[in-house]
Amino acid sequence: MDTFLYMAGGLAVLSTVLVIASTSAVPALLYFIVSLLSNALIFYLFGAPFAAVLEVIIYAGAIMVLFIFVMMMLNLGSEAKRQERGWLQPRGWIGPVLLAAVLLGEIFFVLYRQDLPGGVAGVVGAKQVGMALFGPYFIAVELASLLLLAGLVGACHLAGKASEGEEKGEKRP
Amino acid sequence: MNAASGQFGLLLAAVLFCLGMVGVLVRRNVIFILLSIEIMLNAAGLAFVTAGALWRQPDGQVMFIFILAMAAAEVSLGLAIVVRLFYRFKTVDVDAAARMRG
Amino acid sequence: MLEGLWLIPILPLAGFLVLAVAGSSLSQRAVAMIGAGSVGVSAALASVLALSFIVSPPLGRAYSQTLWTWLEVAGLKPEIAFYLDPLALIMVAVVTVVGFLIHLYALEYMRGDEGYSRFFAYMNLFIASMLILVLADNLLLLYLGWEGVGLCSYLLIGFWYRDPANGYAARKAFIVTRVGDVALIIGIFFLYTHLGNIQIQELLRLAVQEWPAGSSMATVAALLLLGGAVGKSAQLPLQTWLPDAMAGPTPVSALIHAATMVTAGVYLIARMNPLFSLAPAAQLAVAGIGAATLLLAGCSALVQRDLKRVLAYSTISQIGYMFLALGTGAWTAAIFHFLAHAFFKALLFLCAGAVMLSLHHERDIFKMGGLRKQLPLVFWAFLIGAASLSAVPYVTGGFYSKEAILLEVWQSPLGGPWLWTAAMVGTFLTSLYAFRMVFLVFFGPVKEKASAKPSPYIAWPLIILAVLALGCGFLATPGIEGGPSLFKRFLAAALPTQNAGFHGEVLPLIIASLFSLGGILTAYLFFLRIPRVGDSLARNPAGSILNRLWFAGWGFDSLYNFVFVRPVLWFALANSKDFTDLFFRGIERASAWSHVALSGTQSGKVRWYAAVLAFGTVVMVALAVFL
Repeated sequence: MDTFLYMAGGLAVLSTVLVIASTSAVPALLYFIVSLLSNALIFYLFGAPFAAVLEVIIYAGAIMVLFIFVMMMLNLGSEAKRQERGWLQPRGWIGPVLLAAVLLGEIFFVLYRQDLPGGVAGVVGAKQVGMALFGPYFIAVELASLLLLAGLVGACHLAGKASEGEEKGEKRP
Repeated sequence: MNAASGQFGLLLAAVLFCLGMVGVLVRRNVIFILLSIEIMLNAAGLAFVTAGALWRQPDGQVMFIFILAMAAAEVSLGLAIVVRLFYRFKTVDVDAAARMRG
Repeated sequence: MLEGLWLIPILPLAGFLVLAVAGSSLSQRAVAMIGAGSVGVSAALASVLALSFIVSPPLGRAYSQTLWTWLEVAGLKPEIAFYLDPLALIMVAVVTVVGFLIHLYALEYMRGDEGYSRFFAYMNLFIASMLILVLADNLLLLYLGWEGVGLCSYLLIGFWYRDPANGYAARKAFIVTRVGDVALIIGIFFLYTHLGNIQIQELLRLAVQEWPAGSSMATVAALLLLGGAVGKSAQLPLQTWLPDAMAGPTPVSALIHAATMVTAGVYLIARMNPLFSLAPAAQLAVAGIGAATLLLAGCSALVQRDLKRVLAYSTISQIGYMFLALGTGAWTAAIFHFLAHAFFKALLFLCAGAVMLSLHHERDIFKMGGLRKQLPLVFWAFLIGAASLSAVPYVTGGFYSKEAILLEVWQSPLGGPWLWTAAMVGTFLTSLYAFRMVFLVFFGPVKEKASAKPSPYIAWPLIILAVLALGCGFLATPGIEGGPSLFKRFLAAALPTQNAGFHGEVLPLIIASLFSLGGILTAYLFFLRIPRVGDSLARNPAGSILNRLWFAGWGFDSLYNFVFVRPVLWFALANSKDFTDLFFRGIERASAWSHVALSGTQSGKVRWYAAVLAFGTVVMVALAVFL
């Protein structure tokens, strides 16, 4: 069990690194989907099958597909690939990597400072999650639905017809 | 599941989160920035599920579901903005929108 | 009757307040009524008071009225109190009556000026301050009046402020008199510290009691007070401001720089005469300054072209006579000369103003001529004034006052032959420059036609002042025939008489008359009959050097500019970059730098904002984890 866990973890990290370092968008998206799938495997190994399935269906299935649709719509081409390479100078990486390293160090420090509880073996199934959702977390469900409504309305409005000025690309006074 | 794998899971979440942060700060293409944000959200979700599994409670997964819902809303709106940005500036460079008019 | 004393300074002060607050919204008529009316009522009150004082004098020939206590701190308790004795009464009468006549004149002279109400507000404030000065019971209140007249002088010299030259003249006047004011206030401090009292009469009594004659304390105090007097009265070495002060309107020159403010120094010394009597060295200084000034100013008056500047130098010279009299112990003679001078100098200035008005503000006497036929009234008034100034024998008031001074200088133990000679030469110079003016302006060919006849507001003050200038000689009888004059007897309570007066010495009288008439004759010859001689004298090398030297007031302006003004300006400029300045510039530069730095954070770049957020998060987490 553990080997699968470590392999899945390594795969997740590797594919994420490839995502952030890749120059072209579509391969990056595909790498990310690999990362999500390995994440789902980890969820399953932790005894959370419902989460794993949701990860695959919604995250990899809906959200990533949306990304791919938008990429297709923008239709960037090889021109964009060259531009991307120009933007990804090595010296641009130093600061963020340093910052991330510091943050990672802090989190590691917190993690190893105290012991985690032993954990009881077992699977937390869909039924339990459902009962929790419609029980104590009921309000949150309603709020989440409001959030999705807001997202829907916003997306409809924003993705409407582009105004004339935008299509011609002129500056408004 | 034992404490070691729990630790591993949280560690992994931290690493993924930091990688996502690096991606947000480094990339200039707005699509990649959004993607990196998704990486960070996913990492947070992983942390929640791990914690829930440690305690063998459904709470972790419930939080994960909410994160998922939020990520979905956010992605749809974000991509709509990216589309408008592309129509306006004819580029996916996020620095193109750095100046205010007037 | 005497209880109304406080009204005399208060009325002009009230006039000032009304005009200062509401003057710009009142009509010209209302401003005129308030401005001239307040002084007029004051003058009427002063006359009534004077009559009452003369007819039934109060006990000790002095009246004191306390209004309230000004302040009380550590034993110092000056009060707002007025002290009326014959000396103060004379001053009050002159200030109010002459002031009122000049206000009447100014109603017409300043008509149409946009600062009409401002002018009368300042004039009223001046009259109020001068009255406070002469009526003050203690030195602090006197100093208040002193400063007040200095302020009004500044305001009125620079009245037409749009021309920066006027502002410069006003500043010069204020700064130069300030030097004197500092000496005065140090003198007041000195007197208070050593005698413990600030009330004048009490102070003088203590001084006579504590300090022996000729003591150094008395000398120091007297010299300090002399410093203040020298500044205000434009004597050597602080006389440079008065000729430039002619930049102000003519009524101002007449009132402030002829009749009243410049005589404040004379009043101060006369008032503090017991102190000066204790310090013969100081008295010698007074007399010396007076003699030197009267000669210097007389020479300068001889070569001026501007009509008002001649009169300004003449004022300096005549006040030199008053100082000479004070220095030789002739207190009464000095005050008598002040009285006569107030009348004829104000008269001369007002006539000059009338001439300038009718010639469209022409001031150069060489561009005037033959106005005798065109402005007859002004001519006769000016002639009377000039005659009085030259001390024409027997008919003019000036004769009696100048003779009294000359007599005392000759007779007094503090006087002497040198001072007397200086005074005599001064008499010659005086009549020379006075009649030079008369002959150049009113005789000779007509160079510019006069435009209008003077209106009643201008005419009547001229007439009244001419009468007074002629008639004030009456006060000197029976002095010339022997025995103390009316005037002397009147002032006896306030000013001690050192000499019994005229004893029948006719010779000095005749010599003086000869000098004065000789001056008139010389002026007639040089400026009317044979001007060629005068011109050639002015053109030959020695003559032209003297001409330029005297024209520039003996070079005092250049000297002061070189010694004082330039170093101070250089120092101020050099000091403008000192380390205190560095501190303030440092603040300025730091804020400019931080502006640039902070506005740099508003780059508009999303990744920059995200980076800042991330950095902040890392710091917060660190704080949470490690603290």
